[in-house]
Amino acid sequence: MENVTNVIEMRHIVKDFNGFKANDDINLVLRHGEILALLGENGAGKSTLMSILSGLLAPTAGEILVRGHQVDVKNPTIAKNLGIGMVHQHFMLMDSFTVLENIILGHETTKGPKLDLKKARTQIDELSKRYGLNVDPNKRVGDITVAQQQRVEILKVLYRGADILIFDEPTAVLTPQEITEFIKILKELAKEGKSIILITHKLEEIKRAADRVTVIRAGKSVGTFKVADVTDNNLAELMVGRHVNMRLTKPAVELGKTILNVTNLQVKNKQGIVALKGLSFNLRGGEILGVAGIDGNGQDELVEAITGLQHVNAGKIMVNGRDLTNQKVRKITQGGVAHIPADRQKYGLILPFSIADNLALQNYYQKPFSRHHILHHDVINQHAQQLVKKFDIRTTGINLPVSDLSGGNQQKVIIARELDRDSNLIIAFQPTRGLDVGAIEYIHKQLLEERAKGRAILLISYELDEIMQLSDRIIVLHDGNISGEVKPEETSDEELGLLMTGVKKEGTALA
Amino acid sequence: MLKVTSRTKRILVPIISILAGFLIGAVIMLIWNYNPIQAYTSMFASALGNMNGIGETIREATPLIFTAIGFAIASSAGFFNIGLPGQAQAGWLASIWVVLANPNLPKVVLLPLAIITGIIAGAIVAGIAGWLRAQFGTNEVITTIMLNYIVLYSCQYLMQQVMPSSLRLDTDTTKTIAANGSLKIDWLSSFFGDSRINAGIFLALIAVVVYWYLMKKTTTGFEIRSVGTNSYASRYAGMSTKKNIMLSMLLSGGFAGLGGVVQGLGTYQNYFTQTTSLDIGWDGLSVALLGGSTAVGILLAALLFSILKIGGLGMQTIAGIPYEIVSIVIAAIIFFIAIQYVIGRLFKDKQSPNLAAIKKEVQADNGRQK
Repeated sequence: MENVTNVIEMRHIVKDFNGFKANDDINLVLRHGEILALLGENGAGKSTLMSILSGLLAPTAGEILVRGHQVDVKNPTIAKNLGIGMVHQHFMLMDSFTVLENIILGHETTKGPKLDLKKARTQIDELSKRYGLNVDPNKRVGDITVAQQQRVEILKVLYRGADILIFDEPTAVLTPQEITEFIKILKELAKEGKSIILITHKLEEIKRAADRVTVIRAGKSVGTFKVADVTDNNLAELMVGRHVNMRLTKPAVELGKTILNVTNLQVKNKQGIVALKGLSFNLRGGEILGVAGIDGNGQDELVEAITGLQHVNAGKIMVNGRDLTNQKVRKITQGGVAHIPADRQKYGLILPFSIADNLALQNYYQKPFSRHHILHHDVINQHAQQLVKKFDIRTTGINLPVSDLSGGNQQKVIIARELDRDSNLIIAFQPTRGLDVGAIEYIHKQLLEERAKGRAILLISYELDEIMQLSDRIIVLHDGNISGEVKPEETSDEELGLLMTGVKKEGTALA
Repeated sequence: MLKVTSRTKRILVPIISILAGFLIGAVIMLIWNYNPIQAYTSMFASALGNMNGIGETIREATPLIFTAIGFAIASSAGFFNIGLPGQAQAGWLASIWVVLANPNLPKVVLLPLAIITGIIAGAIVAGIAGWLRAQFGTNEVITTIMLNYIVLYSCQYLMQQVMPSSLRLDTDTTKTIAANGSLKIDWLSSFFGDSRINAGIFLALIAVVVYWYLMKKTTTGFEIRSVGTNSYASRYAGMSTKKNIMLSMLLSGGFAGLGGVVQGLGTYQNYFTQTTSLDIGWDGLSVALLGGSTAVGILLAALLFSILKIGGLGMQTIAGIPYEIVSIVIAAIIFFIAIQYVIGRLFKDKQSPNLAAIKKEVQADNGRQK
């Protein structure tokens, strides 16, 4: 690397929120033309640090140098003028606008009072050619794939003249093939002299894409390392601060009876479009069936149909030998179904309610929690005390609102409530979304314990790693159909990626 | 910026709203050259300074307690019931009608019958809006506000065209009810200086306890609160949103109807043509908001409102201040309640002990690992 210059230096950055230091003396150096990964768990302070850099938050202490000059990034406009651009995890695009319109939005080229789309189009064509970003500027954003939408976001940032690009968890929404493409684009950008910060918690991506990696933990700098010098295990330890068990031990469990039997399941989604087009599968006791697929291929409808939240148009759902198709939610719950929902704050909890009340949400109407419609708060509290202890929910009291808990502990409340009811079938939808490594480890262990007890677990997740680690079998959903069934020890990320995009596998042995 | 716990904040914010309202009222009085100190002194003196004043203040608070509870139950379920005036009016007319039509029934039968009829009448009016919302997702603000007009003129029609003229004094007023259908208690009235205080206040106190018990101690209250706080999670937990909206509206209308009942069988002893929606409905809404929808809060807020109303009369007669100024003071207080959010911003939440503890723990963990 000749001509190594530092485009960004963040020195001793402190950000204090009411006495809680989200960033505590963090240092970060980004060199010209490199890809720097920023690694840390959820809540380690990555987003805070990047918000400071992009002018959304003011640091309590510390200084920022851009290309050697000290700057005060008071607001996002200053950041933009310094050439700093951020590609957010959740795209900020308008579906009904074309790619071109989205890119120029807020920076329209004009001829008098008229839009000058021609000029913008030539500029954008040039940019996309130069960096290998193939998107059709005339297509509507709602009609293109998520990966293409991401390229639109990149183009947007480039169009605004950024040469320092920050990517916030960019691969969360991509298939393995798209990730490979994406990394290629990143490298192209770096080669052309753009400097890139890649925020991630995926170790494998860092190994593939980044030159150097800065690790932060609990708001503090752990250090910056050359990626070539560290292993995945090193990085994981640096990130978490202790030895991490990267491989779960999954003992063999004897399969029990069939617990869930889904035949020819057809479901229309809320917009009236057929979202599930005739799914059939079985799930036996002591088995974890992973459901892989890209978000929006029928996962929501599958979970909602089984748990009674969505009307089933055709087909049959049998649980423990009983037909529970289109039954009321409570009947299904009582029929032995536990449900860990994907959106824990929307579906899983009533945030202003106490921890004790939330733990009783599924059985408050039953004895001994209530009798003749009168709640027995002593029983509810006792039950809560037990679960808090058993599931290691970190709290100072069971009567605090559940919103006071951290994300991981909120998820533990749901897990405790659902697993405690001794249901035979556990529907776990994105059970570890947004949690840190420690909490993920804990929840995975709990699921494996339930498996060992002979329960049947349907695990729906967008995290391929999670599916691969836990599942005994994997079905892949694509466009409302099962595009293939594989075993984790016989498949690869590539094969799963192909199935996720709907390329059917030849000669799949259906179990 | 003061740091307080959220509990202190809940109490402090309404108190500051009230003080700010009084202050604005004082400024307005100063602008028009009235003496605010004299005005407020005469206000409290006439509302609380003698037995008659106290009795009238309690009498004024009675229907507000019912309508406020009505509003609070509906709002717990996420339903903004501003149809309280109509529901109360239906309860008023229905209860008076029952008493007038059955003058020979014994009191133990007639009084409960009239009260229950009033409750049912209020519940039916509210139930229409609840049903429309549960079944078709109709916006309850529009339906309840329109139902107020429907009830207002339906009551006029029913009284003037349907009610036998033998029950009426003239086209606009019914006869006064007999003692066996009245909530009046002679010794109570005479104890409070011949005021119109009546047995309604005992019903109201019972209602406050019932409301508290219902919301905090029963599965019904738990479900209503759940549905109102997070309908998605409630559905996930197998509760029926429709059933709970319907139920909360029936309860809400029932309580509002009771507000009308005590107005009829207690305060006025008859029914007379109303030209606008009942005040007790609108005031009940404000009382519930000021009281934070808690049982004790409603009780205190209802008393404050009636002090303002009864004391307002004293401000006119003793201090010679126009009633409009009194209305402005009351409006100012309501205004400050409505912008509670802004007042709440004056206080920072103290970090909840739980979060602080967890953070400490995390720091300790990090320390150990080094």
